[in-house]
Amino acid sequence: MAQTIPLSGYLAISAALFAMGTLGVLIRRNPLIIFMSVELMLNAANLAFVAFARSFGVLTGQIFVFFVMTVSAAEVAVGLALIIIIFRNKHSIDVDLMNSLKG
Amino acid sequence: MNLTLILFIVLVVVAVTSAAGLLVSRNTVYAALFLVLNFATVAVFYLLLGAPFIALAQVTIYAGAIMVLFLFVIMLLGSEKLPRGQVLPWQRPMAIVLAAVLLAEAGFLLFQRLQLTASLTNPEASVNTTESLRALGMALFTQYLLPFEVTSVLLLVAMVGVIVLTKKEKGEQG
Repeated sequence: MAQTIPLSGYLAISAALFAMGTLGVLIRRNPLIIFMSVELMLNAANLAFVAFARSFGVLTGQIFVFFVMTVSAAEVAVGLALIIIIFRNKHSIDVDLMNSLKG
Repeated sequence: MNLTLILFIVLVVVAVTSAAGLLVSRNTVYAALFLVLNFATVAVFYLLLGAPFIALAQVTIYAGAIMVLFLFVIMLLGSEKLPRGQVLPWQRPMAIVLAAVLLAEAGFLLFQRLQLTASLTNPEASVNTTESLRALGMALFTQYLLPFEVTSVLLLVAMVGVIVLTKKEKGEQG
């Protein structure tokens, strides 16, 4: 291939996706969409990991991404269970209603 | 303009558009489907970077397992439409300003270190897929064996935790 994409291209798209994920966490009030935005941020970080791993010619970055994926799967399972419990108690999942520690 | 560059530009457009769709869509199901599209484009980025294992794990774990779980919960909770209007009127403009600041900061750092990143080898310098997969498997099951086994305990703990959390107490209604 005559012309390849530089590392900074991948880092730029990673930064853009991370910023959009942050924006989603800040402006949305549906906890499911906030959660999806967190997943978007994790993905952006993973993309930067893989890009750096390729640039430095090491595999550690890819292995780290694998662990991040596993942890985020566990995190999603627990988080969605918590959202279901909150829905059971309050009959709504609006984050503005989650303002008391004792349900 | 070679083929890789065209593919990269198309992927960037699709990734950013689907992320924006996630942010603005009122319907939670549409938001989830936009996120699936975003995960798929990121998987193609991984393929471009010569990481086929990570790309397939991305498709099966994220776009497969995690998003199905999300859609399941969305269906369960009736994809509730929240009322419009913010409790804090300044929240949205403030959030947009803060996200723009974050993006500008990241862009500034990237621009400042452009010399450093340019000096590294370009990501898609040819990669032997079979060799890299074999090396990845060897590293995962020798050098990183302990973390690998610990993740299985982590997944078990998450599974037990979720079952305990959502279990109804005896005699509890609905």
